[in-house]
Amino acid sequence: MSVKYSSITKKIWMSLMGLFLMVFLVVHLSINLLLLVDPSRELYNTAAHFMGTNPFIQTFQWVLFLGFTIHIILGFVLQIQNWIARPKGYKIKAKSEESFFSKYMIHTGIIILIFLGIHFVNFFFRVKIFHTVPDYILNGVNTGMEDMGIVVVKLFQSPSYVIGYVIALIILGFHLDHGFQSAWQSIGVNNSKYTPFIKGFGHLYAIFIPLGYIAIPLVIYLTT
Amino acid sequence: MTKLDSKIPEGPLAEKWTNFKAHQNLVNPANKRKIDIIVVGTGLAGGSAAASLSELGFNVKVFCIQDSPRRAHSIAAQGGINAAKNYPNDGDSVYRLFYDTVKGGDYRAREANVYRLAEVSNNIIDQCVAQGVPFAREYGGMLDNRSFGGALVSRTFYARGQTGQQLLLGAYGALSKEIKKGSVKMYTRREMMDVVLKDGKARGILVRNLVTGKLERYGAHAVLLASGGYGNVFFLSTNAMNSNASAAWKAYKRGAFFGHPSFVQIHPTCIPVHGNYQSKLTLMSESLRNDGRIWVPKKKEDAQKIQKGELSPVNIPEEDRDYYLERRYPAFGNLVPRDVASRAAKERCDEGYGVGNTGLAVYLDFKDAINRLGKSVIEARYGNLFQMYDKIVDENPYETPMMIYPAIHYTMGGIWVDYELQSTIPGLFVGGEANFSDHGANRLGASALMQGLSDGYFVLPYTMQNYLADQINVPHLDTDSPEFEKSEKYVQGNLDKLLAIKGSKTVDSFHRKVGLIMWDYVGMGRSKEGLEKAIEDLKSLRKDFWSNVNIPGDNTGMNVELEKAVRVSDFIELGELMARDALSRNESCGGHFREEYQTEEGEAMRDDENFMFVSAWEYKGVDEEPVLHKEPLNYENIEVKQRNYKTA
Amino acid sequence: MDLKLKIWRQADANAEGKFVTYPVHNISQDASFLEMLDVLNEELVTNGKEPVAFDHDCREGICGMCSLFINGRPHGPDDSVTTCQLHMRKFKDGETVVIEPWRAKPFPVIKDLKVDRSPFDEIIRSGGYVSVNTGGVPDANTIPINKENADLAMDAAACIGCGACVAACKNASAMLFVSAKVSQLALLPQGKVEAKRRVESMVAKMDDLGFGNCTNTYACEAECPKDISVANIARMNREFLCAKVT
Repeated sequence: MSVKYSSITKKIWMSLMGLFLMVFLVVHLSINLLLLVDPSRELYNTAAHFMGTNPFIQTFQWVLFLGFTIHIILGFVLQIQNWIARPKGYKIKAKSEESFFSKYMIHTGIIILIFLGIHFVNFFFRVKIFHTVPDYILNGVNTGMEDMGIVVVKLFQSPSYVIGYVIALIILGFHLDHGFQSAWQSIGVNNSKYTPFIKGFGHLYAIFIPLGYIAIPLVIYLTT
Repeated sequence: MTKLDSKIPEGPLAEKWTNFKAHQNLVNPANKRKIDIIVVGTGLAGGSAAASLSELGFNVKVFCIQDSPRRAHSIAAQGGINAAKNYPNDGDSVYRLFYDTVKGGDYRAREANVYRLAEVSNNIIDQCVAQGVPFAREYGGMLDNRSFGGALVSRTFYARGQTGQQLLLGAYGALSKEIKKGSVKMYTRREMMDVVLKDGKARGILVRNLVTGKLERYGAHAVLLASGGYGNVFFLSTNAMNSNASAAWKAYKRGAFFGHPSFVQIHPTCIPVHGNYQSKLTLMSESLRNDGRIWVPKKKEDAQKIQKGELSPVNIPEEDRDYYLERRYPAFGNLVPRDVASRAAKERCDEGYGVGNTGLAVYLDFKDAINRLGKSVIEARYGNLFQMYDKIVDENPYETPMMIYPAIHYTMGGIWVDYELQSTIPGLFVGGEANFSDHGANRLGASALMQGLSDGYFVLPYTMQNYLADQINVPHLDTDSPEFEKSEKYVQGNLDKLLAIKGSKTVDSFHRKVGLIMWDYVGMGRSKEGLEKAIEDLKSLRKDFWSNVNIPGDNTGMNVELEKAVRVSDFIELGELMARDALSRNESCGGHFREEYQTEEGEAMRDDENFMFVSAWEYKGVDEEPVLHKEPLNYENIEVKQRNYKTA
Repeated sequence: MDLKLKIWRQADANAEGKFVTYPVHNISQDASFLEMLDVLNEELVTNGKEPVAFDHDCREGICGMCSLFINGRPHGPDDSVTTCQLHMRKFKDGETVVIEPWRAKPFPVIKDLKVDRSPFDEIIRSGGYVSVNTGGVPDANTIPINKENADLAMDAAACIGCGACVAACKNASAMLFVSAKVSQLALLPQGKVEAKRRVESMVAKMDDLGFGNCTNTYACEAECPKDISVANIARMNREFLCAKVT
C-alpha cells in the first residue's frame, strides 16, 4: 500500500475516513443520550434494536468497519514512514510545533484503539457473539429486544470503568481536535474565508462531542 | 600594440543585431548533439544560457560552487529589471533605454552592445512572464512598472523586493527542465580552477570538487564563463560570501584580457558598517529612493550630537536638514545615478555632516512619503525592506529615518569580450557580470538583471553558434591529453604550496587587509599617490600571504579554508590590476573618481579626448607588469556630453 | 557576551559525528549568528584546528544556503528570518547554544553542519517549471492576471529552498516546499497548462526521495523564514485530488 499510493492519496483517504467516523460519532452519541432522556431505557433500547436489526444499517456497519480499518492501517503506515524519514533525531527536540495535538495522533490513536477493543468486548461482542445481553422487559412484558441499556447502566456503576471511560473520551477529544481541521486541510479545503470557521467548529466539536459522551456515565454513576 | 577586434557588425545601429543574426553561421540540428559546451556559473547569465543552449540541442555541462544552481548571487537582486516596453506610455523606447544606459555609464560602453541590450530587453520580460515569474501587476491584470535612478521614465518591472530571485528561479526552472531532459549535466559544489587550452582555443576546464577535494577534468568545444563579479575584493561588499573572481582570474592568466578592472559600482543605499567582526554589507533596494528623501543635518554641531547619541534625527527641524541631492541635482533629485548619489554621501560625511555613531551614514527619510501616501502604501511598497532593516539595525524605519551608506555592489569591469561576447581566447565566452560589456563606467539600477538575461537567453545562444559552426568536426578533447595533465599539475602544485605554508595568519585576516587597501585607495575616491601606495601595499601583502597564511587540514575532502585561500590569493593579484587600471586612467568617469580630476563643484571630470577607450589588460606573468591594450569607443549615434542630472 | 556552543562535528558523510563544546567570548549583540561562528572559526584556525563547516552565502536571507538547527528551532529563536539574519541580541549572555545540522533521511550530512539538499533540486526537475523554451512567447501583457492571484503566486514563489520546513517537521516532510512551487504555478495561467502532470510527478518524486508525510502540524509554516502559508499545502492537495479524479 505504501509503495503503490502516494503520500497525498493516503492522507486524503485518512481524512475522508476520519470525517466519516466523526459523523458516526454524532449518530452514536445521539443514541446514547437517549439513556438520559428516557431513564426507562425504552427509547434507547428501541434505537439500539433498530440499529442492530435494520438491514440497511447492518450492511452499512461493514462500511463503518472498513472505515475504521482503513483509518487505523493508514495511521500506522503513515507513522512508520514518518519515523523512517528521520533516522537520526535532534538533540534538542523541536520547539516549533503549531498544532500541538498533531504530535500525538499516533499515541492518542492507539489509546482510542485499545478503548475501542474494550468497547467491543463490553457491548458489541456481548450482543452479537456471546448473546449475554438480557431481554428488555417493559412493564412486565418481554419486548423481544435486548436490554442494551441495562448493560450500559451496570457498567457505569463501576467507578474504575467510569474513570477509564472519561479518560478515553478526553483523549478522543484531543484526537478530534487536530483531526477535524486536519482532515479539511488534507482534502484541500483551506481558505481565508472558511478556515477560521472550520478550525473554530473543530475545537467545539472536539470539546462537545466527548463532553456529551462523558455526561452519560457521570449522570448514571451519580444518580444510581 | 595588438588591435582589439570588437567585431561590431556593419550597418546602422538599429540593424546591427538583426544583420548579425541574418548572416551568422549556424550549426545544423544533427551536429549540435555532437558539440559539448561548458558553462561555469548558474546565475542569470549562466543559467539562462545553459538552458537555452541545451534547448537548441547542444550538450551542456554546468558547474556551480553552491549546493544548487538556484543559489547564485543573482538571487539577491532586489529592485527590478529594465525593459523598453513603454507600457506606462511615458515616452520610453529602445533608443531611450540605450541612451540612458550609455549616458549612465558615462560614455565608456560600446554603443552596439548597449543598443542590442536595449533591443532584447523586451523579449526578456515576455520570456520571464511565460515562465511564470510573478511580476507585480495592477488591478487590471497588466504588469506594473516603477522608476529607478538615472531615468525619466518608469521602465522597471519588479516582483516585490525579490526580482532577482524570481528571475533566477525562472532560469533555474528552465535549467531544471533541460537537466531532466538529459542534455544538461549539472555539477554542483565544484569550483573552476583553470581553463584548458588546446591550439590556442578554450577546450575544457579543471575543477575542484569541493566535497571530495579531488581535481576533475572536463572537455568541451567551447567554454562560457558566467561566474559573476569581483566585488568581494573589497572584503566588505553586498556580494555573497562565496562570490569570487577566481574563474575570471584564471581565464585572465590564460590569456583573456581583463576589461576596465577598476570600474566598480558603489551602491548608495546600503546599511552602514557597524562593527569590525562584520562579514558583509546589506543592500537596501535603490527603489527606496523613489519615496525616501536623503538628508544630513545642515549644522555640523547637530551631526556631532547625533554621532554621540545626544540628539535624535526626528528632533531636527525641517529647516536644519540638508536634502543635498535635491539641492545639487534639482532635475533628478534623489533619483540620480548610483555613482553620483554615493559620491555625494561620501562628500557630506567627509565634511563632517555624517550621522550614526561612526559618522559614516546619511539619512533616508520616509516621513514625507508616509504623510503623503499613508503608512499602508509605504508598507505595501517597501515592507520587506523595512523589516529587514529593523532586523539588522534594531530600529523602526517607520518612526526614525533609515541610515544608509555606500557600499561596493557591482563590478562593471570584467573579462574583455567582443560583440559576440567572446574573449581574446577563442572559444572562451563570458556573460553577465563576469564580462566588462554594456555598463561602461557605471551601471544603472535594474540593468544588471537585464544584461545577465540578455546575454544568456538572447545573445550567447546565437553568437556561440557562430563560433561553433566550424568546430563540428573537431573531436572531443581527451581528458587524458597532455593539456589536461599540465593544467592539473599546475593547479595541484599551487594547492600543495598553499597547504604547505602553515603560517600563523588566517585567510580571512588577509582578505580583510586586501579589502581595506582597496576601500581606502581604490574605492570611491582615488588619487595617484593612493593608487601607487595600493600597488606597493598589495605587493607586500601578496608576499606576506604566500609566506604566512595558515590553512588547516589537507586536500582530501572538504576544506573550506583552502577554498577561501585560493580566492583570496586571486583577489590580492586582481586588486593590483584594478589599482593599475585606475592609475592609468587620468580622468574621472562614472564609478571611477580620481580626485585630481573634478570640477569646482566636485563633479566627475571626464577626458574624452584621451580616455574614450576600453582598457583591456593582458597578463604577462605574476611579477611582470600587465600590458594595456586600448579599444577605441566611437559614438556615432549619441552625442557625447558631460553628464548632467541638474536639469532634464 | 559570552556563550557556550555545542556544535555537531562530523568529518564526512560516512563518519560518526559527535557534539563538541566551544566557548566564545566578547561577542557583540549586533553581530549576526554566522558572524559569531566566523569569530569561532577564526579562533579555531588560529589555533591550527579545523573550522566548523556550515553552508552560507548571501548573508541577507535570500539565497537559502544557510541552515542550522539552533536550540531546537531551524534558523534559531527568531521568526521569519534565516540564520544569517539572526542576530546575537536574541541570545542571553552565558547561554548554551546547541547547533545541529538539518536532520532528515533525504538530507544526509556532508560535513559538520552542511547537509546535502539536492533532493529539492530533483523535485523541481520532476516538473517545477513551465515547459517553455526561449523565444516564441507572446507579449508579456497578452495574458492579464488578476492581481490577487499574482500576489498569492508571489507569496508562494518567495520560497528560498532552505529546507527549514523539512527540518522543522516532525515527519521530515517536504510538503511546504513542494506545495509552494505547485501553488505558484497553479495560480498563474501560464502554469495551468501542465498543472496536472506537474503535481503528480512532483509528489511522486517527493515520496520516492523518502520525505515523510504531512500531518498538518504546521511547524513548517511557523519556521519558514519567508512565511510561506500552509494554505499552499491545501492547494496542492486540492490540485492533486483534481488531477487524480479527472
